[in-house]
Amino acid sequence: MARAVSTRRKIGFTIAAWAVALMIFFPILYTIITSLKTEPEAIAGFSLIPSGTLESYFAVQSQNDYFKPFINSVIISVGSTLIALVIAIPSAWSMAFSPTKRTKDVLMWMLSTKMMPAVGVLVPMYLIFRDTGLLDTRLGLTIVLTLINLPIVVWMLYTYFREIPGEILEAARMDGASLFNEIVHVLTPMAVPGIASTLLLNIILAWNESFWSIRLSAANAAPLTAFIASFSSPQGLFWAKLSAASTLAIAPILIMGWFSQRQLVRGLTFGAVK
Amino acid sequence: MGNIVLKKVSKSFGATTIIPEIDLEIEDGEFVVFVGPSGCGKSTLLRLIAGLEDTSAGSINIDGRDVTSEQPAKRKLAMVFQSYALYPHMTVRNNIAFPLKMAGEDKAVIERKVGDAARVLNLTNYLERRPGQLSGGQRQRVAIGRAIVRQPSAFLFDEPLSNLDAALRGTMRLEISELHHQLKTTMIYVTHDQVEAMTMADKIVVLNAGNIEQVGSPLELYRSPKNLFVAGFIGSPKMNLMDGATAAKYGASTIGIRPEHINISTTAGDWKGTVGVAEHLGADTFLHVHTDVGTINVRTGGEFVVSHGDTVFLSPDLAKLHRFGPDGSAL
Repeated sequence: MARAVSTRRKIGFTIAAWAVALMIFFPILYTIITSLKTEPEAIAGFSLIPSGTLESYFAVQSQNDYFKPFINSVIISVGSTLIALVIAIPSAWSMAFSPTKRTKDVLMWMLSTKMMPAVGVLVPMYLIFRDTGLLDTRLGLTIVLTLINLPIVVWMLYTYFREIPGEILEAARMDGASLFNEIVHVLTPMAVPGIASTLLLNIILAWNESFWSIRLSAANAAPLTAFIASFSSPQGLFWAKLSAASTLAIAPILIMGWFSQRQLVRGLTFGAVK
Repeated sequence: MGNIVLKKVSKSFGATTIIPEIDLEIEDGEFVVFVGPSGCGKSTLLRLIAGLEDTSAGSINIDGRDVTSEQPAKRKLAMVFQSYALYPHMTVRNNIAFPLKMAGEDKAVIERKVGDAARVLNLTNYLERRPGQLSGGQRQRVAIGRAIVRQPSAFLFDEPLSNLDAALRGTMRLEISELHHQLKTTMIYVTHDQVEAMTMADKIVVLNAGNIEQVGSPLELYRSPKNLFVAGFIGSPKMNLMDGATAAKYGASTIGIRPEHINISTTAGDWKGTVGVAEHLGADTFLHVHTDVGTINVRTGGEFVVSHGDTVFLSPDLAKLHRFGPDGSAL
């Protein structure tokens, strides 16, 4: 690793890294900037300097209450993630630590459900939801998002659990740990980074999911993705208001991502660096 | 105490038989090495003794107690794994203390025992570090520390040095032997490295395809191998084996002669040959000599100077010649 790096090169790399980061972040930044403009300013053309007015936010809030879809998003994304973890932890556990001949097939089969285009099952799903009274309910959306993300959750956890060497569990057994102690003192602490990053990633995925949440919800259970969508059609040209609505919708997950980025990166690169 | 007796122990995984049937007795305080090529069942045998695998048939007794169906922890054995298997999220102190905590020992007792183990293993300055911050040798010491605090009736080592570099392996070999002299506890050590087996063992168990080929002290195995497998496996460089007419002359179907038991001369001898590769190691010289009876490895003193292509004559030391029958067993 001892490579001499000149100061000039370091500055060059720093600038390049910032440029790439800014480029990736720019759409979000521009959304936030636009949300702080007046409607005429927003239509006027490209400008990075907003007048700083909050009128769009007030307009959005008065037209359509932000807090209801926000609460819906929280309940649906956190709820579906927790249910998925409760199902996925034992299943990933058993597949990682006592695999059978069919384990690989089961994993592939689960992943294959993600390859199917969602539109393909839209009509039957809609009918089932309508007939069981789940349409436009938080419970219904929670169930759908749990099912959609379950394969990913199982796969991620399976990968993390596989990284835990069996010899360490055997060592614990030799050291006199009961199954309970083995799980509490050895397995869980070692799996926590993996479980935590799976949890975070899945909350983000569920928060951003829009296909099913827009189609299976109306006024009652609509999460923030549906909230943005509701602004796009009647107010298609009101860019400032649309931007304010988008900013409000992405802000919670952006803040959560910011605080948990260390955990996320650690979890996602778990095993890559020993 | 650490007297271990295996009676007719066998192990199969489905249709695959790893260990057909083994009888073995290990005396209290002995340093026993299981040695054999990879896949010979030596690790499986160790894991059967540890209780990490269930026996398919037969019984295992430790200090007169039948432990065949007992949990690993109840067998009062400690194991050191090839990968060290340290708990990565715990400090060195907590790693070593773990078995004591599991046994429900008093805090003060744990503190004292961990301190003692750390002193013996030169780990006192590293107690607050995590395994990830230690070198390979230090990790190995932590694994040994975790094993000794429990004062087990026997230690099981599963190829503990194979992840270390050659120099460190030599040092750790001495440390483990030294530890055995201090503790006088039974140790069972698995390795594929016959040098480790020869240098450390009181008793070597040579395994091949799940069967015990021979049990004996290192020198017994070296001097009188029971069969061709042991003859070829024990000793470095390997014993020269010759069959056909050459062997028939000595009344055997195969003869074996160790490289160090061949006299070499530039003038006269039994087998004439030309020197292939000559490895000058200083104290010793290893020669690969191409003769009419095949390529023969010869070990000779460092002062014997020959080079590639030279003609030499070889004569086996007849008193040290090994003769084997058609079934491979020693005559």
